[in-house]
Amino acid sequence: MSGLLRLATAGSVDDGKSTLVGRLLYDTKSVLADQLDAVRRASVDRGLSTPDLSLLVDGLRSEREQGITIDVAYRYFATPKRSFVLADTPGHVQYTRNTVTGASTAQLAVLLVDARKGVVEQTRRHAAVLALLGVPRLVLAVNKVDLINYDEASFTVIAKEFGAHASSLGYEEGSVLAIPVSALLGDNVATRSENTPWYQGPTLLKHLENVPVAPDPHEAAFRFPVQYVIRPRTAEFPDYRGYAGQIAAGTVRPGDEVVVLPQGLRTRVDSVDTPRGALQEAGAGSSVTVLLTDELDISRGDLIASAEQPPEVTDELTATLCWLSSKSLRQGARVLLKHGTRTVQALVDDLRSRFDEQSLSTVDEPRSLELNEIGGVRLRLSEPLPLDDYSSSPRTGAFLVLDPGDGDTLAAGLVGERFSALACGE
Amino acid sequence: MTTLETAADAARDNLTALESEAVHIFREVAGEFDRPVILFSGGKDSTLLLHLAIKAFWPAPVPFPLLHVDTGHNFDEVIEFRDKVVETYGLRLVVARVQDWIDDGRLTERPDGTRNPLQTQPLLDTITEHKFDAVFGGGRRDEERARAKERIFSLRNAFGQWDPRRQRPELWNLYNGRHRPGEHVRVFPLSNWTEADVWNYIAREGIELPSIYYAHRRKVYRRDGMWLTEGPWGGPRDGEVVEELMVRYRTVGDGSCTGAVESAATTVEEVIAEVQASRLTERGATRADDRLSEAAMEDRKREGYF
Repeated sequence: MSGLLRLATAGSVDDGKSTLVGRLLYDTKSVLADQLDAVRRASVDRGLSTPDLSLLVDGLRSEREQGITIDVAYRYFATPKRSFVLADTPGHVQYTRNTVTGASTAQLAVLLVDARKGVVEQTRRHAAVLALLGVPRLVLAVNKVDLINYDEASFTVIAKEFGAHASSLGYEEGSVLAIPVSALLGDNVATRSENTPWYQGPTLLKHLENVPVAPDPHEAAFRFPVQYVIRPRTAEFPDYRGYAGQIAAGTVRPGDEVVVLPQGLRTRVDSVDTPRGALQEAGAGSSVTVLLTDELDISRGDLIASAEQPPEVTDELTATLCWLSSKSLRQGARVLLKHGTRTVQALVDDLRSRFDEQSLSTVDEPRSLELNEIGGVRLRLSEPLPLDDYSSSPRTGAFLVLDPGDGDTLAAGLVGERFSALACGE
Repeated sequence: MTTLETAADAARDNLTALESEAVHIFREVAGEFDRPVILFSGGKDSTLLLHLAIKAFWPAPVPFPLLHVDTGHNFDEVIEFRDKVVETYGLRLVVARVQDWIDDGRLTERPDGTRNPLQTQPLLDTITEHKFDAVFGGGRRDEERARAKERIFSLRNAFGQWDPRRQRPELWNLYNGRHRPGEHVRVFPLSNWTEADVWNYIAREGIELPSIYYAHRRKVYRRDGMWLTEGPWGGPRDGEVVEELMVRYRTVGDGSCTGAVESAATTVEEVIAEVQASRLTERGATRADDRLSEAAMEDRKREGYF
């Protein structure tokens, strides 16, 4: 059982996401008396008769004024079984941008729909983005079931329609669950509702507590981007030279044969060090310091990888970009590409396609990529990078596209033609 | 395996994941910036921050100095602790004294005597003077609604301002530290920690804190529903009665607006039990400045505060 589950929410405006998140915090007793008092006071000020739980999470001035969520926020709650980090993403205008941000680290996403409206365009679009980013599990929270008189037939129609959509995106049946909830009244959020005797599944919270976390990345090949070289040069450690980083995929043990990329130097791991002492084995997600048997010239930006299964080192790649900026992308653009701990210059050689999230099909040779659009590109790099396909190793298959001028983040990049697989579904 | 063991394992696993994430963030900053600095007040969050920085670069020394914005309204125990830590780890400490800004007229004392809001200008002036380009803070997203929106790498303009509508998306664990001359980045390695995580980690690692975090007898008086301690910040005033109580502090900040809570918790384990049972957030219980308005924290952040 993993002690930490990272999840994201997604859904359209007014589907009740903030209320659902407020309800989760409230029902897990993650809201304390003074916070609740503040919400009660603010609700009374707004002329409401019951506390508006969405005020627990909509923290910014303009959000409270407009009653909408503007930006991704992170929430924390815990039960005796698990701790949760929830990326609470807004459904408003900048939908793809926010969904991509929330989903990049999520192990599960909760998609909300309004039971009266069912699966809408936004639901299909969000699900496609979640599939694209490889979020392994989905929950469809069919909210406001109180407003359809807890009608089983309506719920079943929505659940079936969504299930079919999710499977066309590549989700297997066991990885998607639909739950009838009322975030406002608390039905099936943390406590089983007596109003839905026909629903046999778990409450939302119980599901979140028990759902298995994504396939263990320990199975994957070892990937270790070098962040920083540790050379104390102190009396106690005169010759210490360690390569510090966070293991992106796989495991490492002393004695393992590794290759340092992009140079291609082969050597062995001498030890895996931490302030608590040397380790016999360390896995994905661990921040450690690796010592090698040979004295090599290695610095920040290099990648230490499994010698048996190294990534491809290339200065040309096919990738999928989720465009997050209001500046548009055109063919021939010069950008920066940040991959692991290395940033290189890149040229957009070819803008090949744009993904239409509604029809799940592609448009060839678009003129540009605009805010919230997803497209396929060919990139040429100023120096070769060791790259994995996003689907086999997300942490070493992901990159950022940066503006060389002001440094802004322009796009989330995924190595490989990710959406051709999605597009053939329908 | 019993349920209890599962819960304990889950908590340990969680703390290790949070530690790895924070260490990764420290090393990213060391690799990408020229002049980082750790904001250090001697409070529990900045002490934890320093502990994680020491781990991130072990066995080499921490490659950053510390910066303390000193309001002049300090708890003696905290200043002693600060100086001891600096000496033990051979660190460099930069102190920006609010009093210096008041003395030369760059700042004016407020009528209510609190100096917490006066910290912003000395902080920004010192960042400019030393050309710091990355400033580590111990802020956590669970503290307050506006902080829940904060990125781990938060770009500030030349005026140190935070604009919640113009934040960069933060994807995977790829942090974007690019900034233009004059701009700097605030970095929050404890973003994903909760108050309970902080205390559980302090217990696990045996991290020493200033003594005022544990219950002790102290002369205090009641103001605005909080127990304030006597001090140069103007208290007690007429009608405010000094009593001697067993108290401890949940946060450590400017003495004029940081209240004590009644407590019998003298060990870290007792503090954890007390925090778990408390029905008040640490800021709600003991920080007067957060009560000023519904969006007080957001407004201060926009001005350049942490």
